[in-house]
Amino acid sequence: MTTRRAAYEARQRRRANLLAGGSTAVVLILLIVLVPLAPGWEGVQASFFNAEIFARTFPDLLSAFLINIAIFAWSVPLIAALGLAIALARGARAPVLFPLRIFGAIYVDLFRGIPVVLLVYLVGFGIPGLGLPRPWNSPYIWGTVALVLTYSAYVAEVLRSGIESIHESQRNAAVCLGLSERDTMRYVVLPQAIRRVVPANMNMLVALQKDVALLSFIGPVEILRQAGIFKSLLANFTPYVAAAVIFLCVTVPATRYADYLMNRDRNART
Amino acid sequence: MKTFLTATLLTLTASGAFAAGHCSAGKTLTEGTLTIATGNPAYYPWVIDDAPEAKQGFEAAVAYAIAAEMGFADNAVTWVRTSFDEAIQPGAKNFDLNMQQFSITADRDRVVDFSAPYYTAPQAVMTTVEAVDAGAKPTMESLKAMKWGVVASTTALPVVTETIQPTQSPLVYDDNANITAAMQAGQIDAALFDLPTALFTAAVLMDNGVVLGQFDASAAESPDQFGALMPEGSALKECVDEALAALTASGELAAIEAEWLQAAVGVPLIK
Amino acid sequence: MPEPRLALRGVKKSFGDVEVLHGIDLAVNPGEMVCLIGASGSGKSTLLRCMNGLEPVDDGEVRLDGVDIAEPGFDLAPIRQKIGIVFQSFNLFPHMTAYDNVALAPRRVLAEDARTRIEALFERFGLAAHMGKYPDQLSGGQQQRVAVIRALAMRPQTMLFDEITSALDPELVDEVLDVLRSLRDDGMTMVLATHEMGFARELADRICFMDKGVIAEEGAPDLIFSTPQRERTKQFLASVLR
Ligand SMILES: Nc1ncnc2c1ncn2[C@@H]1O[C@H](COP(=O)(O)OP(=O)(O)OP(=O)(O)O)[C@@H](O)[C@H]1O
Ligand SMILES: [Mg+2]
Repeated sequence: MTTRRAAYEARQRRRANLLAGGSTAVVLILLIVLVPLAPGWEGVQASFFNAEIFARTFPDLLSAFLINIAIFAWSVPLIAALGLAIALARGARAPVLFPLRIFGAIYVDLFRGIPVVLLVYLVGFGIPGLGLPRPWNSPYIWGTVALVLTYSAYVAEVLRSGIESIHESQRNAAVCLGLSERDTMRYVVLPQAIRRVVPANMNMLVALQKDVALLSFIGPVEILRQAGIFKSLLANFTPYVAAAVIFLCVTVPATRYADYLMNRDRNART
Repeated sequence: MKTFLTATLLTLTASGAFAAGHCSAGKTLTEGTLTIATGNPAYYPWVIDDAPEAKQGFEAAVAYAIAAEMGFADNAVTWVRTSFDEAIQPGAKNFDLNMQQFSITADRDRVVDFSAPYYTAPQAVMTTVEAVDAGAKPTMESLKAMKWGVVASTTALPVVTETIQPTQSPLVYDDNANITAAMQAGQIDAALFDLPTALFTAAVLMDNGVVLGQFDASAAESPDQFGALMPEGSALKECVDEALAALTASGELAAIEAEWLQAAVGVPLIK
Repeated sequence: MPEPRLALRGVKKSFGDVEVLHGIDLAVNPGEMVCLIGASGSGKSTLLRCMNGLEPVDDGEVRLDGVDIAEPGFDLAPIRQKIGIVFQSFNLFPHMTAYDNVALAPRRVLAEDARTRIEALFERFGLAAHMGKYPDQLSGGQQQRVAVIRALAMRPQTMLFDEITSALDPELVDEVLDVLRSLRDDGMTMVLATHEMGFARELADRICFMDKGVIAEEGAPDLIFSTPQRERTKQFLASVLR
């Protein structure tokens, strides 16, 4: 036996599915039919969507992508640690820590203000240029430093806004229980603040994943550089499309997974 | 009969615009003008002072010689600037010819057209005084042990990875300036350029640059040859090839090369 | 006469230019239960927060077991565990289970794994089944009881309660008041700000009526409720008892 409401909702769902399916079909048909009708389509297809070149370059691009993943993987913990340290420095209340607070403020202003590319060049060529011996002048090391400087400044700001969004009454409750300032931050404020800024930090990670490619300017042959090499050897842009596909295969599931985690977190507590 | 008529007609139309009837009539972007593209910026010794109009520099001189051969007076040549990407992207192009040390390769030739080669470039190794002091020699064995850097859009990378086969994987950069920076930062020991570029970079851009040696271009299986790039299926190719053939036959091309690229002699061959 | 557990003398407190406490004198004896009543904004919460040092006092003394904790620069940390406070809105830590909310301070401050003691507290206040739940999985009354347990887990000698029932649905008020009754039976020293007049009359040893930052009238519940001396007290009681 279906209730009146269940029957109504089933009708509504059917209607919504029909509409969604119909409009998607129309858009797809328009794309598939109309785009190839454009006068330049053949040229675009040959230089951006060349199946043979795609297949030929894909494996090398994939192995170049391992470099992106490696740089990303060792940057993230460094960014998290430094970002947290800067956020805490900026929030330091004790007067003796004033220099720390000033330092935090300057750090954040400076490294958020400089374009990443510039920093990659400056740090990547500049610091090794001071005369460091190998392997300490490696572009991998100093390129990573540039990324960490920029991204930790952003992460510090995100974390600080998270910390400040935690209501004063939470601190009060902790203080009244006798918790030290440190423990209050560590056990009460930070865990809540970090949870609150997960979405913002996820965006940061996706941006970082793309900005890793900037290290190619100072030498490392990561995926975008590899695609650029193929482009110039083959005079064809398809390798870039292949690289984009590889990027999407990582970033789309990553963002979806983060969404899922956050939803689960929310659902678990209601 | 019909062919004869067409030919007469063509000759008639052409003679309106040119001193002599010529094959390029009706095939250029703008009638009566030859539009040539170069890099942005264009480098010594290919174009001097980034001013191709001055006819100074190897490619600028070759461009004007080709134009003259095709019947264009100097003032009928217009210059535009393109990047490498603009030269190969699909769609209409804004140049008749593009000359910026494009190496002729089979893969590229499928997408665009190349003229006959106007220069066969020996590949040369640039390194630093410090590396030479440390024992770098123009031998394959010595080259293998070096840390290499190359420019991404050149054909130098396959030469390094396939011919030299260094023990460490090469680093890749956008342009000569970045190679210079990396070399000065001690991140790479050696870079592979065409010889004229290597000489210029070592002498002008670097404080401590040295050209260690050159590969014998005539010995290479597929030597690095520069050709003028044209849009795929360009009707102009025939005329340009004709002009280059004439310039080669008359010795003019060799004279231009001798004038602008003479410093190339005296660099040791790599063994 | 024993030494009072808590003794305030001439306590003054201003927020900016506005003085909200104008010299409060109050002594609370061990095991005594004092109820603060008074109109909204009369200074009840502020007074409670001054008692445990959460708000620094501008002038006057706050003596806890004879030690003046209001002295400027006094290190309050060791005092906190002697005096617990529960607020109107629950202030549980939302990212921790009820158990972890309670266990945090004993573990960090007393360096004690108080598991059995904490479980006994949950048991005693009827929450044994809810230890693993997060605050937003608990009703308001349950949350408030967890907040009380959290304060008790530090083994305080004095407890302050700031209108701990006023954010609750009426049917949940009783379960929280039962907790207070039970603490009263233990002989806990307590100061409550409350709007529950019936409860205050039933259990308090003493009622302090606050008006505009002073204790306008104080005395045994029966006296205050049946024969208030001050006009303001009469008006206030008339308005709340109706
Ligand atoms: N942090 C603060 N900053 C400025 N003014 C404050 C602050 N806290 C309290 N006040 C003011 O002090 C006065 C006393 O407030 P308090 O909260 O102690 O009153 P209350 O008796 O607890 O009232 P209620 O019954 O509404 O809780 C009020 O006028 C209030 O506006
Ligand atoms: Mg209050």
